[in-house]
Amino acid sequence: MGEAFKPGCRPPVPVTEATTDEKPVIQASEKESERRETMLKVGKPAPDFTLNAFHKGEFKQYSLSEFKGKWVLLCFYPGDFTFV
Amino acid sequence: MGIEILSVSVDSIYTHKMWNEHELSKMVDGGVPFPMLSDAGGKVGTMYGVYDEEAGVENRGRFIIDPDGIVQGYEVLTPPVGRNIEESIRQYKAFQLVREAKGTKATPAEWNPGDPVLEPGPDLVGNVWKVWSPKKK
Repeated sequence: MGEAFKPGCRPPVPVTEATTDEKPVIQASEKESERRETMLKVGKPAPDFTLNAFHKGEFKQYSLSEFKGKWVLLCFYPGDFTFV
Repeated sequence: MGIEILSVSVDSIYTHKMWNEHELSKMVDGGVPFPMLSDAGGKVGTMYGVYDEEAGVENRGRFIIDPDGIVQGYEVLTPPVGRNIEESIRQYKAFQLVREAKGTKATPAEWNPGDPVLEPGPDLVGNVWKVWSPKKK
């Protein structure tokens, strides 16, 4: 699971955007409703993403959707070299 | 234990590598066993409501996601307080149990693996006190 890659000078493939079509000007109210739609709720699907990762000596890319069929514990933390 | 762990911070994959090599591998044999994801810019953290734009870092957010990709539970703490992994494990085991029971079982407050579970239904209404009581500490 997770596809290995060799990083070059530019960071490889940035994060997949969660948003749909981007509009040139977003009204405050539209922005608010959009935000509410993407807001996470228990009992609802976890927003999918693709991120670069370090795993056991390799640089790889993972998508949350790859883990369908498995339980996932997703843990955010403030920064490396701090406690978790 | 049957759960895939993914850690996420705004640090780069290079910093993850350094942290693993210089510190974590000295705390855990063989280094970090799970993928360390890099969310530079906090886009994913924003989707999950854990990214602090002012500080530019992600709060301590922990999400339990089931095999259908559904968020079953989460906990978010500000940086100075660390988490209790035992509680995450307890919740994961409870969610696993109720999923396997396909809605026929529920785990009451203070439930721990091995404790009796509730079987929701008409007979249980008004009778929870017979099968379950809070722990006396």
